[in-house]
Amino acid sequence: MELIIDGLKKAIEMIESGNQEILQITLLTLRVSFVSILCSTIIGLPVGMFLGLSRFRGKKLLLILINIGMGLPPVVAGLWITMLLWRSGPLGHLSLLYSPTAIIMAQILVSFPIVTGLTSSAFQQINEKMLLQLKALGATRWQTLLILLKESKIAIMAAIMAGFGRVIAEVGAAMMVGGNIQGDTRILTTTIVMEVSKGNFDIALALSFILLSIALIITALLTFFQQRKRIS
Amino acid sequence: MLKKRYIASLFIFMLLILSACGNSNTEQASTKKKTAEKPKPTEMILATTTSTQDSGLLDVLIPMFEKQNNVKVKTVAVGTGQALEMGTKGEADVLLVHAPAAEEAVVASGDAINRKRVMYNDFILVGPNENPADVSGQDIKAAFKKLNDSKATFVSRGDDSGTNKMELSIWKALNITPTGATYVSTGQGMGATLNIASEKNGYTLTDRATWLAQKKNLNNLKIVVEGGKDLMNIYHVMQVNPEKHKMVNSKDAAKFVDFMVNDETLKIIEDFGKKDYGQSLFFKYTE
Repeated sequence: MELIIDGLKKAIEMIESGNQEILQITLLTLRVSFVSILCSTIIGLPVGMFLGLSRFRGKKLLLILINIGMGLPPVVAGLWITMLLWRSGPLGHLSLLYSPTAIIMAQILVSFPIVTGLTSSAFQQINEKMLLQLKALGATRWQTLLILLKESKIAIMAAIMAGFGRVIAEVGAAMMVGGNIQGDTRILTTTIVMEVSKGNFDIALALSFILLSIALIITALLTFFQQRKRIS
Repeated sequence: MLKKRYIASLFIFMLLILSACGNSNTEQASTKKKTAEKPKPTEMILATTTSTQDSGLLDVLIPMFEKQNNVKVKTVAVGTGQALEMGTKGEADVLLVHAPAAEEAVVASGDAINRKRVMYNDFILVGPNENPADVSGQDIKAAFKKLNDSKATFVSRGDDSGTNKMELSIWKALNITPTGATYVSTGQGMGATLNIASEKNGYTLTDRATWLAQKKNLNNLKIVVEGGKDLMNIYHVMQVNPEKHKMVNSKDAAKFVDFMVNDETLKIIEDFGKKDYGQSLFFKYTE
């Protein structure tokens, strides 16, 4: 109990004193998570919409793959990306291993299936009659898509939030492909792991409070955006 | 109207995201500008053991080296086994490790060159305050035998690290293969393993540096065996062979090897820990 209070105190102290290293780690965490989830959304949303609306051979197989991907263990994703980026690997000449870009790649790999899978289930639930009605009213293809997007806003925001949760909580892959390098690829989760292994439980706890606060603020914003009543 | 609002708010959201990314970018740019007179630092990957990082020694040495040579060091702290493996694959440029027998194999295979002895500290056997197996003194082999005979809980790193290799070599010398529920293999770093030993009331072999750095959380444990000459923990630095692995940054790696055996650096190494623990954690041991 004492430790928790110490941790809280330390967290406030770290934020108040404007600790440069903590600030840098927090900013990097935000940057990496935002870029990853943005990319996942940009790719995942259209793919999910397509999978949800169209009918073709092999669709079930694709859905199975996406659904497995939703449970892809981050360390597995990390291992694949590591092997890809090794100096002796196919992308070795880019020297990307142990860089923030490598972390972003791994995080896209784990969050993209979540965004895609949840979006596609939202679009599969759209009532056939509505599609017919839209057609009857003479909506163009783009107008139809836009209306459907609006209709599934809540589900899509939920998909993005789930993806974001995965990304900001992720540690295994970030450790493996990032290497937890000071001033370079150290993000909040990997720093927590390191501080625990150093035995600095108070610092680890303080960082966990910072991480939780960030997750809370962002999720609250997204939820607010999701739940907002339409003004027309 | 409805559509416009939706798009507008989406746009704002995107802007927010971009600005969040942008901020840190400009910040990086400004720090880069400050050092603009100097050429862009080269990058070097150092694969090393968890003990040098967890004790805090690298936090002192690496910034010094970076400043002197305009290098950006990427330190990857893993077990010695993995660090050596990174060397054999050419994934690292320079190695700082502590498992002499395994290191010699890597030098023999031609993957590492320019291997130099740097420093030592020692391994110690720590165990519960009550010391149920009643081990003491300096003789680590006798202590291990006693632990095995009395079936005391022993917590092993089990991660192919230098400390793990040391432990296994002691068992091997005794012709004992420890098994059963009392032999706990954690597969984790020294810090985590010490905590598990403390929780499980077990014995474990550790390097002194990590023990001193972590002692404050380990009230259940005390040193039971120390000082024997078998318990010396020797660190070597070496370069990965650029002739065998073409992407290796050998220029900075060679500088790092020189840096580690430099008298000035060794003085800092010997002074390290005196302030916090009242004793040195590593001692000069060059060739």
